[in-house]
Amino acid sequence: MPAATRAGVWLRRLTSRAAAPYWQAAPLALVFAFFFVLPLVVTVIVSFWRYNEYSITPALVGDNYASVFSGCLAELPGLCLTFKTYLSTLKFCVLAWALTLLLGFTVAYFLAFHVRSLTAQMALFLVCTIPFWTSNVIRMISWVPLLGRNGLVNSFLIGAGLTREPFTWLLFSDFSVVLAFVHLYTMFMLVPIFNSMSRIDRALLEAARDAGASGWQALWNVVVPLSKPGIVIGSIFVVTMVMGDYVTIGVMGGQQIASVGKIIQVQLSYLQFPLAAANAVVLLAAVLMVIAAMTRLVDVRKEL
Amino acid sequence: MADTKKKTTIVSRRDVLKGAAAVTGTAILGAPAIISAQPVTLRYLGTAVNQSKEIAQKAKADLGIVLEYVPVTTDDVSKRIITQPASFDIADAEYFQLRKLIPSGNLIGMDASRIKYADRITPVFTRGEVAGKKIGDQGTAPKKVFYLEGKNSTKFSASPTQWITLIPTVYNADTLGIRPDLIKRPIGSWSELFNTEFKGKSSILNIPSIGIMDAAMVVESLGLHKYRDKGNMTKAEIDLTTKALIEAKKAGQFRAFWKDFNESVNLMASGEVVIQSMWSPAVTKVRSMGVPCIYQPLKEGYRAWAAGFGLPKTLSGKKLDAAYDFINWFLSGWAGAFLNRQGYYSAVLDTAKAQMEPYEWAYWMEGKPAEKDIKAPDGTLLEKAGAVRDGGSFEARMGAVACWNAVMDENDYMVRKWNEFIAA
Repeated sequence: MPAATRAGVWLRRLTSRAAAPYWQAAPLALVFAFFFVLPLVVTVIVSFWRYNEYSITPALVGDNYASVFSGCLAELPGLCLTFKTYLSTLKFCVLAWALTLLLGFTVAYFLAFHVRSLTAQMALFLVCTIPFWTSNVIRMISWVPLLGRNGLVNSFLIGAGLTREPFTWLLFSDFSVVLAFVHLYTMFMLVPIFNSMSRIDRALLEAARDAGASGWQALWNVVVPLSKPGIVIGSIFVVTMVMGDYVTIGVMGGQQIASVGKIIQVQLSYLQFPLAAANAVVLLAAVLMVIAAMTRLVDVRKEL
Repeated sequence: MADTKKKTTIVSRRDVLKGAAAVTGTAILGAPAIISAQPVTLRYLGTAVNQSKEIAQKAKADLGIVLEYVPVTTDDVSKRIITQPASFDIADAEYFQLRKLIPSGNLIGMDASRIKYADRITPVFTRGEVAGKKIGDQGTAPKKVFYLEGKNSTKFSASPTQWITLIPTVYNADTLGIRPDLIKRPIGSWSELFNTEFKGKSSILNIPSIGIMDAAMVVESLGLHKYRDKGNMTKAEIDLTTKALIEAKKAGQFRAFWKDFNESVNLMASGEVVIQSMWSPAVTKVRSMGVPCIYQPLKEGYRAWAAGFGLPKTLSGKKLDAAYDFINWFLSGWAGAFLNRQGYYSAVLDTAKAQMEPYEWAYWMEGKPAEKDIKAPDGTLLEKAGAVRDGGSFEARMGAVACWNAVMDENDYMVRKWNEFIAA
């Protein structure tokens, strides 16, 4: 076949109707490839490189991974730095997830089934976004006058005679970290759950009641199963955000609580890029495992 | 009458038009000259603390050089110099960073013969002396990294050469900040940071290389260990220091750690913390909020730091000339006086002195009681008349330096142990 004809065939194929979806998907695919896949591949590659204080050199060594897990076997049954950090992060994940789920589900249920007018729903939604009206850092710093040693809560407790010494566990503690997470991330749980709930056919609830189900039974057997996609999507949001967080844990934990993100940040600031990359890959693997487990419970694609 | 008036108007309008034409003509003829005289812009990489609007305005007025600030964190200054050396024209970096910056070859040695005041830079940098007396040189003391063997050398020279790594901008001696109203007794030693009297009310900064040196000051003053060099510990010394830190943390000694200037101000002003490692401007900030705070001199001495201008190897031609002009201007007094009035120290003391009022110099540099109210460059009241600067005179403060901010040989190991301390 002459070259010109071959080019013609290609051109026809590219402009044919069948090729249209690929063209339509191409811009996003390119953006995705360039800003997500490429950096990820680079991170994985760099995690096998060598480094010194001022340069990184291409190599294929497992030193960085060995360093991430160094002492993890030797220190058993004690926990090495990496295991200890992941355990602490996992604890925050579970706590933040359970609390945001409870709150998010309750609020979504109220908004979807008890608030009738759309205007009222919108207004209440806006109220839920108030925590996002200011910057992250200011929002977190403003907890200090509330929860601090001389803060409002402690002044009230001492004034009411409930305690003599101020409670110091209110701030720079696990408690304050979880509180900040719940404050920040309930919204991310609320929105997808509300979305799922608003699609539930009200006739199903009536049918459940007609069939003699109590309120709790209808909730458990009708609303919860039908809200599952929202719950899973919200959970993925919350869990991934908590796993990767170091700003909230840093500020609310008074920098005294370790997080994987903080370790990576410290390594980056000392120009230990390959080591930080190895840590990032391990974190990514951990997050992917958690998400895989969650999506195994519910097939989000099928449910949508 | 009306006629004449009209005529005059017309004439004068013509004159104006003529004038305008003439001006336009000159402008067109002069255009190349105007373009070549266009102000040079210098991209100034550094931390926001040193990048004041006033300095940029004054440099523009005096030299016609436009400073374009690139404000980043201290860590990002090194990152930029190493990874993007063409993204700035002048860098304001810290001396302790030089041990990783110079081997990268991205900074060049600055020609001392082009620095007008090179021989008047305080001997703190060139010889490690204050008023003829040797000061502490543990850590990355500037004198160890001040000269290069050659313009493009990546090796430091122990003896003076023509090639300077960084021309000092500001430096200071750091110590503990305390809340005298809440502590109510004199504090005189670094060991007080670990005193159980302040359990749950002390803090240390969460920047590993600096935090560990503050911890080393404490360990030494508790008599647990005598370091050969607090700025360059052996692995065993790092273990011992982090062990002391972990024990204190587990016993609940610390309220929080801080990383950011504002965090340290917040901790102190709110009373969450009564004793902590602190930076001098943070103490000033707490005080300006009306909260008593002292930058407490301690018997073991200070941990000092210093920053300076460095030039990237990519700089050439007019920009290079402008960079030297700017540095010469910076050392010529106005900027030095501006920095001295904020509680920092400047590189060439006598030029700065000439730009300060005698009572200001006496307060900031000689440790004498203020004759008049002391004001910051922006006019806010810092101290009332009669106040004495914490730590006294320049000689008393810089003369009592024990160690300098540093990068250790065992840096990797130290960072790892520090992460363990945070996780403990």
